[in-house]
Order: sequence, then C-alpha cells, then structure tokens
Amino acid sequence: MADYWAGRDILSTRDVPREAIEQIWHKAKKYDDAVTHKKSYDKHSGKVLASLFFEPSTRTQFSFQTAMQRLGGSIIAFSDADTTSVSKGETVYDTIRMVESCADVIVIRHSLEGAARLAADAASIPVINGGDGANQHPTQALLDTYTMFQKKGKLDGLTISMIGDLKNGRTIHSLCYALANFDCTIEMWSPPQLKLPQIILNDISEKVKVVELESLDLSNSDVVYATRIQKERFDDPEEAERYSYVIDAESVRKMKDDAIIMHPFPRVDEIATEVDSLPQAAYFAQEANGIPVRMAILDSVLG
Amino acid sequence: MDSEQDKMKIKKIENGVVIDHIPKGKGLAVLSILGIGEGFHATVSMVMNTPSTTMGLKDIIKIEERALEEKEINKIALIAPAATVNFVHEFQIVKKRKISVPDAFEDVIRCPNPKCISNKEGRPLLKVERKSPLHVRCAYCERAYSSEELLELSSFVA
Repeated sequence: MADYWAGRDILSTRDVPREAIEQIWHKAKKYDDAVTHKKSYDKHSGKVLASLFFEPSTRTQFSFQTAMQRLGGSIIAFSDADTTSVSKGETVYDTIRMVESCADVIVIRHSLEGAARLAADAASIPVINGGDGANQHPTQALLDTYTMFQKKGKLDGLTISMIGDLKNGRTIHSLCYALANFDCTIEMWSPPQLKLPQIILNDISEKVKVVELESLDLSNSDVVYATRIQKERFDDPEEAERYSYVIDAESVRKMKDDAIIMHPFPRVDEIATEVDSLPQAAYFAQEANGIPVRMAILDSVLG
Repeated sequence: MDSEQDKMKIKKIENGVVIDHIPKGKGLAVLSILGIGEGFHATVSMVMNTPSTTMGLKDIIKIEERALEEKEINKIALIAPAATVNFVHEFQIVKKRKISVPDAFEDVIRCPNPKCISNKEGRPLLKVERKSPLHVRCAYCERAYSSEELLELSSFVA
C-alpha cells in the first residue's frame, strides 16, 4: 500500500483501514528518538503548520507544535479564538480560507462536531482534526493504538477494557473505530447514563467483539483504558459518587501481571498516583507518544 | 387497481403532478418537505387514508399547474420512498416517475444534532448509508439516523 495519508485530511477513524493505522505506527517508531534523545529532523524545512485551537488544549496542541518543529517546520497558531476575527463573528469557513494561504497543513480543534470536516471542505491543504466536540479525536486514537502496539507487540488477540465516560469522550469514539480493524475484544464499563452511543456500538459490533461488563472486573484485561467521569454529567451528585472509581495499587494487583493502564488525560482521581511507578502504568509513555505519532502524521500528509 | 370511486374523491387535474403511493398519514410531511405552505399559490389537494390494494391505506397529493424538479422529487424519498410521481398534461399522464433514493440529502433536512456545525454554518448534508430501510449519516458530525428518527427529531430546510 502506498502512503495512505499523503495529501489526505485526517478527520475521523471511522473509515480508516488497518494498513493505514499500521503505516503510522511504523513511521512513528522511527521518530521515537525525538522524545528519547530530543532529536530533530530537517525534513520539512520551510513548511508551515497552522495550529488553530478554538478550544483549550495542552497535550494535543503542544505535541503537534513540537512535532512540526522537530521535523524542521514552523508554526502559526492561536489557542484563544477570542483574540482572532472569530470574536467578531467570522465563520470557521472564512477563517480557514484565509489560513490556507499562510500554511501547508492545518490542525483544528473546535467545540462543534464536524468543524474539522467543514474546514477540510474550505481548505485545499490537508486538515487534521485535533478534536471536534464529542465526535472524534483521530490522532489520539493513532497514538493510543501505537502505545498498545509498542507495549504489547500486537493488537490482535488483546482484551481492551474501556472504563468511565464512554458517551462524551471523543477519544473513546475514535479509539473504538480504530480498534474495530483488529481481532481484539473490547470490554466496556460505564455508568448507565454514560454508555457508548448506540450509533457507535452498532457500527463497531459488526466488526469487533464487544462485551459490556456488569461490574468493574479488570482481571481479563490486557489494556485498561480509563477515562474521567465528570460529576457535572450527573443530575444527582450522590449518583456521581456511586459510580466514581479509583484504580489503585490494590486494583492493579488483581489485574494480569503484564496488563497496561492507559488514560487520555487529564486525570482527576481515577488513577491513584501510587500507580504511576508501577510497570503497568503506560499513560505517561502514551502521552509522550503524541510527539512521534504526530511527527509521523505530519510527515505523511505533507508527503 | 384503486376503484374509480376513490379516484373521483378529488377531480382529475388538467396540468400538474400527482404524487401517489404515499404511506398513510405522511401526506402533510410530503407537503412540508416540498415547501408547500402558506406562500404557495397553486391549487393543492390531498387525500389521506384512501384505500390501496398494495398499501392498505395511502395518501395522495395533487398539485396543479406546477412541475416538480428532480431535486424536489428526490426529497420525497425521505418520507415516501415507494411513492410515484405522475406528470399530467391536458388530463393525461404523460410521464410516470418512481422515487429513487438519492446518494445524499443536501440542504433538505437539518442534522438533528444541535452541536453539529452544519446547523451553524455550511449546508446540511446527510449521506445515505442504506436505502431500505433508509438510514443516513451526517457528513459533518458523523451521527447516523433512521428516516423515522430524522423526521421526529429534525426540521426541513425552509
């Protein structure tokens, strides 16, 4: 397969084939030393990334900007739309039409779902979705699957347990579609009001085995993917309390010895800090993988 | 065949279109999707719940002195995918057209997701994923809907 991503937009993982995901992993592996040795490459000198964050972000924004700089490129950016013409009522479409003349690739985060696709309609240069509302966060799914591949050597045959808020988390939605390409089992546990949207469940159930856990039993998991349960999602604070969970050293002891724990961050109190030093904690490596994976993404779309 | 008596409930039209085989009770929705309301000046007649040998009961709409464009005909597929459109000239049916479900509904009905950007800017674009039963997916926010959900939760583009 030729480079699947060359010149493409990256908007969603819904229709992305397995080979395309694996291409990013193999390319990312070559850029691991951008983190381990802070190595830079003179590969895309003169190229410009427009980093348009209409919504707050720490990890995605920093890792995209670092990735572009490690590739030798430069950045134009805003991270507060109030300082731009958007505050005067300018549309996403018009903003993108202006930005495309300044840059070679765009990454956009926006609170409205489908904003990245609208941006891609407006732009003649590749657009990367850095998160659109509760819809998708495809580059997070690419770095999540890369972390699983890096730590476990494969995804086929793994049991991946997603726990927490499966309804509102765009990282979960993108990861579900990405995992549907592999011969793995997805276990799910969430409060009843925060279950995975039926639409996504229908889409992935045709391709991958999905098991809904009745209790938070992680003894079969090869990968635990924990997400934050936001208390404001509940009408009754007591109910929020009932469904809150903490992965601590005791819960890790009940997991398989070689299980790994991941989290898209920010965490609040879902994972106790005592877990951070245990070999199962993969979430800091996962975060760091944002750089090589986004280098691979930028390198691929820029061609 | 529908009986002559049923056909005569509304008189034959001289020129215009007859939309037949609309599922019972959906006639008003068809008028709505075609934008036929207060500001529409041609004569429109509708029969609701009239017997049909193939459908049990059905609705029929007759619009006088007005043709329907291809784009308008395809809109009807959202509500009445089995409908037929008969073009009438001087009391004779000169052309019969079965509805065909298009590949996408563009600028026809809004995405029901209030957080979808197509409700703020751009134009609604719902791509058809399955024709029977009809399922569509918003090209922007990627949410999927059956035609029943879409009609219950959304509104037509004026």
